[in-house]
Amino acid sequence: MNADSLIILLYILVLASYLGFELITKVPPTLHTPLMSGSNAISGITIVGALIACNEMGYGTLSKWLGMLALILATINVVGGYAVTDRMLKMFKKK
Amino acid sequence: MSILIQVAYLISSILFILGIKKLGKTKSAREGNVYSAVGMLIAIAATLYTVNILSFVEIFVCILIGGAIGLYVSKKVEMTKIPEMVALFNGFGGLASFAVALSDYFLKTQAMETYPDSVNSISIIVSVLIGGVTFTGSMIAYLKLDGKISGSPITFKGQHPINLILLIAFIIAGVLAYLNPGNPVFMIALIVISLLLGVLTVIPIGGADMPVVISLLNSYSGMAACATGFILNNNVLIVAGSLVGASGIILTQIMCKAMNRSLTNVLLGGFGQTVSGPAADGPQIVVKEIGVEETAMLFDSASSVLVVPGYGMAVAQAQHVIRELMEQCEKRNIDFKFAIHPVAGRMPGHMNVLLAEANISYDKLIEMEAINDEFPNTDLVFVVGANDVVNPAARTNPQSPIFGMPILNADKAKTVIVSKRSMGKGYAGIENELFGYPNCLMLFGDAKQTITKVVSEMKEM
Repeated sequence: MNADSLIILLYILVLASYLGFELITKVPPTLHTPLMSGSNAISGITIVGALIACNEMGYGTLSKWLGMLALILATINVVGGYAVTDRMLKMFKKK
Repeated sequence: MSILIQVAYLISSILFILGIKKLGKTKSAREGNVYSAVGMLIAIAATLYTVNILSFVEIFVCILIGGAIGLYVSKKVEMTKIPEMVALFNGFGGLASFAVALSDYFLKTQAMETYPDSVNSISIIVSVLIGGVTFTGSMIAYLKLDGKISGSPITFKGQHPINLILLIAFIIAGVLAYLNPGNPVFMIALIVISLLLGVLTVIPIGGADMPVVISLLNSYSGMAACATGFILNNNVLIVAGSLVGASGIILTQIMCKAMNRSLTNVLLGGFGQTVSGPAADGPQIVVKEIGVEETAMLFDSASSVLVVPGYGMAVAQAQHVIRELMEQCEKRNIDFKFAIHPVAGRMPGHMNVLLAEANISYDKLIEMEAINDEFPNTDLVFVVGANDVVNPAARTNPQSPIFGMPILNADKAKTVIVSKRSMGKGYAGIENELFGYPNCLMLFGDAKQTITKVVSEMKEM
């Protein structure tokens, strides 16, 4: 990776973190638990990395096994995280 | 082709951001979650497009296994157990990033016999550290929350120096791994140290501090995903990872503030171990008991009621019967609300979920800052399964370990009834002087059973 692409990635990191702080400060305490399980699901974005790691390129099997492990775990987070967050949010009702 | 995939990643990033924005309002929160899920789906579809078709069978099988487990857990988990689930999922996120980083390392150094460039190497090393610590740390947090290992702090002599030495060892091994990328010995050392660090940094932290720990580990799991983004030069991983990282840090700060503790103080651990000695010298607290019938009468004659729920309420499964109590009071036009302390329950916002599950409208649940001024004008405060969050010592006694912690001013109400199993101490192991106050009455017994009796008394009135 050259310095230019590194700088772009750092820009993204800084701006996204800042945006995250701004948005999440506004989430009311009532919704903090769904926020956390929802972030569990979002941190499952590693699934993208896992898919790339699973890619068959005719090379070593160790990296592929690690990729498959990562894929199973990330999928648990994605599916479980979104489903449980939805289950919780469904219960929040105003009468 | 590549540009299409980049655009797809951009769209998913936007959807994640919009999803979190919509999560900021109770009305649109469910929609926000769907936005975020669609963003994830787009990211997955775009990535699959780049993947060689030969690996589709393995990928399909892994997604099927992971999806089935995830779906099963999400349907089966009880709302009281959400903290355990979040802890477990934090750990999975950490381990997934850890595995992706190692996969990339072994692919380059062992299979392709090339060397990762310097940015790549550093990202792999950072990813292994954060991912490893998140994984084992979360597993310990899970075991503590679930009661599989003792919730009390596990401390031993030289604990902090050992952690420091491990951290230094990690840095040294990291430099060596960076300089000798072809030698897996250093990478294996990094793996072992990071996994050890996760265990050793979480075991000294007591059960009462777990809300802070799982918030922090939540943040780490996002940072781990971020580091993976640097390894793979992938923008969407960095955006999503930073959002989660930021979220976890904010929640960590909120939890620390609500307990009047600094993060360092929580992380150094051992809280709640040293209080037993001098506290016993204080005057014995004399409490007044109240029975079920009198309690029902007090509710009947009140015009405003505030309930202070704690985790003990959820353990006793009393939230549904409290809703019945609320219905009885509302029939009599009694103003009935809940005062929610930020650390009520076992993770940020946990109490709100537990009460929402019992079908209690969310506009009845009022945060500490918004409700604290209402206590002096409240006829009856009903404390169920909460203890430290209503202990006036936090305001009055500089010697108390919880001094300075923001509390709910339950003691200022005209009458306080405390539903409690016995005279046991709270999570922090401290005497609660509120119980000896002249306006405080103790309703002893299992919360669910006693409140059920109160409700049936009220029905007959």
